[in-house]
Amino acid sequence: MSVSTQAPEAPTTPGTETGTPATGVAVPGTAAPPAGRAYAVGRAADVPPGEGRAFVAGDVQVAVFRLRDGALHATQAACPHAGGPLADGQTDADVLVCPLHLYAYRWSDGSSPGGAGPLRRYPVREVDGVLVVDV
Amino acid sequence: MTAVLGGRPEGLTSISLDDDLDPRARLVVVGNGMAGARFVEEVLERGGGEQFRITVFGDEPHGNYNRIMLSPVLAGEAHEDEIVLNSHDWYADNGVILRAGVRVERLDTAAKLVHAADGTATPYDHLVLATGSYSFIPPMTGVRREDGDLLPGVYGFRTIDETREMLAATSRCRKAVVMGGGLLGLEAARALQGHGMQVELVHAMPHLMNAQLDAEAGAILKRSVESLGIGVHLDSLASEVLGSEHVEGVLLQDGRRLDCDLLVVAAGVRPHTDVAVRSGLEVERGVVVDDQLRTDDPDVYAIGECAQHRGSVYGLVAPAWEHATVLADVLTGTDPTAEYLGSRTATKLKVAGVDVATMGVNTPERDDDEFLVISEPRRGVHMSVVIRDDRLVGATLLGDTRKVAFLTQAFDRGSPLPEERIRLLVDLTDGKEEVGVADMPADSQVCNCNGVTKGAICGAVADGCGSVGAVMDRTRAGKGCGSCKPLVKQVVEWAADGDVAEDPAASYYVPGIPLAKPALVAAIREQDLRSVSAVFAALAPGGAEEARSKMGLTSLLKMVWGVDFVPEKDGEFINDRVHANIQRDGTFSVVPQIKGGVTTPAQLKKIAEVAEKYEVPMVKITGGQRLDLLGVRKEDLPAVWDDLGMPSGYAYGKSFRTVKTCVGSDFCRFGLGDSTQLGIDLETRFQGIESPAKMKLAVVGCPRNCAEAYVKDVGVVAIGNGRWEVYVGGAAGASVRKGDLLATVDSPEAVLELTGRFLQYYRENANWLERTYDFVPRVGLEHIRRVLLEDSEGVVADLDAGMQASIDAYRDPWGQDAGEPATPGQFRSSLPLVPLPQVPVR
Repeated sequence: MSVSTQAPEAPTTPGTETGTPATGVAVPGTAAPPAGRAYAVGRAADVPPGEGRAFVAGDVQVAVFRLRDGALHATQAACPHAGGPLADGQTDADVLVCPLHLYAYRWSDGSSPGGAGPLRRYPVREVDGVLVVDV
Repeated sequence: MTAVLGGRPEGLTSISLDDDLDPRARLVVVGNGMAGARFVEEVLERGGGEQFRITVFGDEPHGNYNRIMLSPVLAGEAHEDEIVLNSHDWYADNGVILRAGVRVERLDTAAKLVHAADGTATPYDHLVLATGSYSFIPPMTGVRREDGDLLPGVYGFRTIDETREMLAATSRCRKAVVMGGGLLGLEAARALQGHGMQVELVHAMPHLMNAQLDAEAGAILKRSVESLGIGVHLDSLASEVLGSEHVEGVLLQDGRRLDCDLLVVAAGVRPHTDVAVRSGLEVERGVVVDDQLRTDDPDVYAIGECAQHRGSVYGLVAPAWEHATVLADVLTGTDPTAEYLGSRTATKLKVAGVDVATMGVNTPERDDDEFLVISEPRRGVHMSVVIRDDRLVGATLLGDTRKVAFLTQAFDRGSPLPEERIRLLVDLTDGKEEVGVADMPADSQVCNCNGVTKGAICGAVADGCGSVGAVMDRTRAGKGCGSCKPLVKQVVEWAADGDVAEDPAASYYVPGIPLAKPALVAAIREQDLRSVSAVFAALAPGGAEEARSKMGLTSLLKMVWGVDFVPEKDGEFINDRVHANIQRDGTFSVVPQIKGGVTTPAQLKKIAEVAEKYEVPMVKITGGQRLDLLGVRKEDLPAVWDDLGMPSGYAYGKSFRTVKTCVGSDFCRFGLGDSTQLGIDLETRFQGIESPAKMKLAVVGCPRNCAEAYVKDVGVVAIGNGRWEVYVGGAAGASVRKGDLLATVDSPEAVLELTGRFLQYYRENANWLERTYDFVPRVGLEHIRRVLLEDSEGVVADLDAGMQASIDAYRDPWGQDAGEPATPGQFRSSLPLVPLPQVPVR
């Protein structure tokens, strides 16, 4: 799969200083992602290993996580249980844990052993240092 | 003796207004006692001063005073000045005309005039009778002189003047007889005895306090009273009062003679209805009123003890005040439809040194009333409850009133009662299991934090969860504050019918690594593991990281390694990652350090400025005596800290948080030690120290315990002569536990040393998230004492050194991360776009 280089060369890192909402940029002409459109949401370097950060893809809030083994995951940003900020959650290779009430969600299928959810997941990949999320 | 209580120094002044020029309606209150004066207060509170010209008639020359407090005055425990409720000045200041010392003879309800004994006739538009009660003097030969006055030395116990005279008499009299074994009689007997008099109590009924107590409780009270040295004569009537010039004794009906030079008659009260009777109003036991306190004359009302409402006459202050509220609502038009529907009477007091609380009925009245009694005569304890149709309709507590709050609530609100009725009166076992597990309905909530019902837990067991841990993972029960864990365990065991797998993870320090704490610490040291990821790689099965274990490991590693710990942001909970407490809308709360609760105007200004600048939606004083800025946006955190310029108060961490203090000896007149300084010293020394769970401390300057030190992880109490008690393992959160006295030491330095030793021992040995209130009983106070005070394990030097290493490693996290984020996007908003439901802010 190739991605057009129409993604901005130096995507802004919104929200860091100003707190303004991120503005995702559509990446047209990509080899049809399975669902929706592809958005370059930010720099890969913005997501440190083991942590998550929130971005906006179009009008969708997404949380992007980089696990310690390098794997990338993207999910809806708000916890399906009570709207908690999932990007602030803790991760391991199997689950993401929401910081508000500690509901866990499996990366594999978005299901929660605690009965919440399911959690919506989005395809995410890194292209030339840019995070691309399909929503 | 003749001083006017609450009087004006320069004597009475009266306000006179030209009636014709005053458009206000004339409101006249007859009676200046607890009910009448309270009613005037209620009217004024409703702006009635603009509606009404208010005149109050009082029999006594005094202002309004608290009649309930006469017993403490008689006992010498209160000065009469302390019982003044409304002085003469108060009436003048509020534009109320007080006709103190003027007795009202009758009302002319046709002409709407009040005729007083001084010959005046005062017109009214609305009239309120609040004439109260008088002491009932039973018919006894010789009790009155020919002129109708009581024989000298004989007193009722109703007014401040009677109280003053009795007080004066105590210095020249030696023997007292008190007639009446109700509340007032008992209080009088105890008070007189306190003045060194020999006191005999004569009561006409078979047991004491017969209006409130049943026979058994009365018998127990009798023993308690007798043990004070007061003679009690039950079922006894005095037929004659002896003495011609002054009382010399009483003759009982059975022929016995009791000598005395002081006779107090406290044989009950009768409503003062003379004025109403003479005015032609309907009077039965009291002045008959309807639900709006109106008599049969539409402009005359009656409140307090003189009123009879739906057949009941009350001799307590609470109903009188309810009357006052309702009538003020009605007359001022605040709520013209307000109604009084009767009072449920409950009293709680100390009678002759014994705690007594009663409410409702004291014995079963119907065949199907449930009646539960616990009687321990030897201990002076008697408790009973009467239950009708699953509602509490009465309770009596004598000698042990610990359950009074719960019972009062159940009585007042009709809240549901426990299936096991005995729990109404005593806390069984550990107090955690409220009802039997088998009896709990399926929809009853077990875990309140996460809303997990008994049914959900049983469902998880039925679905194959074979251990408590598995059920907790599945249902999230017990994963909030954790206080329900024992109950969760019981429900699981019940649902599995005993077939519960031993949960090996129960003994692990964190679930992801199969080692108990001592073994884990040993492995970390041996293998020189300094980061969370290194611990997982070396010790976890398959080297797999486990999200829920990270925070506990981070805490442990910080304790073990101090400055040599290798931090990893993903090993921390979000609170520690951004050094603030996450709130339910994804914002954070920021609490600057305020050591010992002591702040400065400059600090307060700074906090206020920051709160305004960052539009903080709520500024709140925390339970730990600090200021909480709630609703700070994550991206604003570094700038907020920077502008504050104060260190972090660690209000978010599993760590040492704060030391509550009282004002101590600087300003407090009771302070025995400088608790404020010691609190500041403790907070300075132990700031930011990680621990298995939060650590909250308090220091108080005397055992009055204003800063609640008895219920803290470590509580320090000054007891005088430079000595301090150190309590450990207290709690006043989801669990309530009074701390155990670890030791009494004789200097602030010793407190600091012992506190450090205890905290370090707790840090090294407690399970993750185990508060001291679980840790201390689990390990055992005696064991902790031996280890910390006698060095039975030879670890004290290591404990001191370990704590010192952590203290030396302290750095203010705000100072570090405000300047330069620890990771990219550390303070990036986590919910950037869609506005979330905000926490409602007052």
